[in-house]
Amino acid sequence: MATKIRDGAQAIIDSLQQNDVEFIFGYPGGANMPIFDALLDSPIKLILVRHEQGASHMADGYARSTGKAGVVLVTSGPGATNTITGILTAQMDSVPLVVICGQTITPNLGLDAFQEADVSGISFPVVKHSYLIKNANDIPRIMKEAFYIAESGRPGPVLIDVPKDIAVTRFQPDYNIDMQIPGYTIPIHGDSARIAEAADMLNKAKKPVLLVGHGAIISDAGKAVKALAEQMQIPVTNTLLGKGAFSENHILSMGMLGMHGTAYANMAVLNCDLIMSIGSRWDDRILGKTDEFCKNAKKIHVDIDPAEFNKMIIPDCSILGDARLVIEELNTMAQPGDTNDWLAQIEKWKKKFPLKYLKKGGLKAQYVLDELNRLTKSDAIISTDVGQHQMWAAQFCKTTGRYNWLSSGGAGTMGFGFPAAIGAQLAHPDKLVVAVVGDGGFQMTSAELVTAVLNKLPIKILIINNKYLGMVRQWQALFFDNRYSGVDLAGNPDFVKLAEAYHAKGFRIKRNADVTRILTDAINYNEGPCIIEAEVEKEDNVFPMIPSGATYDSMVLERPRKKMDKPVGST
Amino acid sequence: MNNKNNSHSISLFVNNKPGVLIRIALVFARRGYNIDSLVVSPSRDQHFSRMSITASGKAKILEQIIKQLNKLVDVLHATDHTGEIVVEKELALIKVECSIEQRTEILQISEHFKCQTVDISGNTLMLQVTGNSDKLDALHTIMAKYKILEMVRTGKIIMARGDAST
Ligand SMILES: Cc1ncc(C[n+]2csc(CCOP(=O)(O)OP(=O)(O)O)c2C)c(N)n1
Ligand SMILES: [Mg+2]
Repeated sequence: MATKIRDGAQAIIDSLQQNDVEFIFGYPGGANMPIFDALLDSPIKLILVRHEQGASHMADGYARSTGKAGVVLVTSGPGATNTITGILTAQMDSVPLVVICGQTITPNLGLDAFQEADVSGISFPVVKHSYLIKNANDIPRIMKEAFYIAESGRPGPVLIDVPKDIAVTRFQPDYNIDMQIPGYTIPIHGDSARIAEAADMLNKAKKPVLLVGHGAIISDAGKAVKALAEQMQIPVTNTLLGKGAFSENHILSMGMLGMHGTAYANMAVLNCDLIMSIGSRWDDRILGKTDEFCKNAKKIHVDIDPAEFNKMIIPDCSILGDARLVIEELNTMAQPGDTNDWLAQIEKWKKKFPLKYLKKGGLKAQYVLDELNRLTKSDAIISTDVGQHQMWAAQFCKTTGRYNWLSSGGAGTMGFGFPAAIGAQLAHPDKLVVAVVGDGGFQMTSAELVTAVLNKLPIKILIINNKYLGMVRQWQALFFDNRYSGVDLAGNPDFVKLAEAYHAKGFRIKRNADVTRILTDAINYNEGPCIIEAEVEKEDNVFPMIPSGATYDSMVLERPRKKMDKPVGST
Repeated sequence: MNNKNNSHSISLFVNNKPGVLIRIALVFARRGYNIDSLVVSPSRDQHFSRMSITASGKAKILEQIIKQLNKLVDVLHATDHTGEIVVEKELALIKVECSIEQRTEILQISEHFKCQTVDISGNTLMLQVTGNSDKLDALHTIMAKYKILEMVRTGKIIMARGDAST
């Protein structure tokens, strides 16, 4: 299409519109003012945040809950560097973002100009790709490439640095221009011979396990995985990010595995004779002691990223391709399996070692989350922060839908949960969105309460308040002789009053008897965001636990009497 | 062929753009892999560059590095040629201290290595040598007997033989 003369900023906004962008999460400054100006003439809605990190997590929550790239617009220097944590978070979890940063004018690049930072340089280790635009004519092509690279294959963040002189250059954009990315190819179909080999291995296995990860969600492999599991009667476990790839309420689901996974999933993994990963990268939270992991089991690895093969483990069969297409093809070869004995064994473990908590006594986070799961019929979008509450939410809030679980896994970024919930609620105005956060992490991005209030987003912010940096405190208790160092959150604000200060609603849960009633009231409160502060027992610990870097058979179900060895894994 | 000291010969075909070299170097640095030599040059097509890298470290880590390099949007392909039969060449300039009395002796050695004498002064001699890296290493060792004042090596360039592409 021959187009009229536009300036660089307008061309950027045009490109966003062509990519069906609904929201931009942003914050203005000198270097991006032309783009903010162009935004006024576009139907794209600006979500003005209170901190750029918040913008990056909101875009991330939008992206995780839709599969579409989330868009961030920030200014140069500190505006851009404030998004780096969010970019890392997205990169580690394969989330598509397009981050547009203002930059000083091109003649000033490298001269330590006001608010100059070499942002594309800073971004290199934490992006899928990045651009510094030097010529306005490149804008349509770069924008096209950015969305394509962010969303396709193994998704990830793409950063675009836009010098201000480029944003005001007038030119005739060619929006039909071709992309020029000869170095970028994405695997699609798996190799049929490999798939047949995998089918044969599965058919021969007596004690198989399917391990589903984020890749299964990204590629929409859920239906195919369900068909495979049902047809061959294979039990399924999921990673933290794989929650929702296969309904955790399905009879064949064992829930999450790994460091804080269910005992029965971990026992199944310890005893299986075959494990097939579908879009999981065998993260160290899952492997424990790498050399010992499923030592005697056959391993099949389906991944769209060839760099994941042989990285953590050496699979017996690796299949490069899109998880959905691979499993669909596999389903044409798989035979109904006889795994009755294996399933019966797992049923026994489920009965004998269920997830549990003490129902009497002080208020337990697990009870609050268990009840949240019941009241929401496992059908809310749950966005978590990082810490004990995250692990309890992963255990007790069963995920049944593809886009219903948002959690920072790879980076473990505190401050993620609440802004990510904002992005998800904007994308899904009619869905129930709950941010499950800790009293520590919430305070890292709580300024975004304004953003939620202004946009009348009915997010339920459930603060599991244990008055501690609970997860770190747990490690100090178990591995450092109860020597608490820097984990006491004395001085926390009154969270109900904090809500009120932002003109949001506040609820407080103090006792077991309050839980059902107050959660119900909060779920029914839809005028805007509300905080539900649950004052839980201060020193409870998350179990089961496989200490970092330890073998599966060293899983503990409750706090051992004797002191535990310091973990050998990194964190 | 050359795998003493865990040394690997890697060729890359990449976009000819600013920043590409940093992205590549970061992949090596992140895994603690040392780049021993690096040659970047234009390719037949001006949009792309050729890189030849020699680096040392464990083979298993290198496998991962090669995959990570191939993942970079700016890299069209990265290949480890270690153990393959490829043409590898390198050029070096060596400046040695050389009195008039030593001249004949040094020139004899240099002839053996098919060096060109590119500069002579009253007390120095500059030799240019090309060939595979082993040959250059050997010359270096022998010349060390005299006083080497300066040495500059281009780093190894690699090309696959016959129909195979690099
Ligand atoms: C930005 C950031 N800083 C530090 C950490 C390390 N860390 C992991 S969990 C945790 C404690 C979180 O405390 P809180 O938010 O109260 O949640 P709880 O564990 O008590 O449920 C900390 C400090 C982190 N994950 N992210
Ligand atoms: Mg806490």
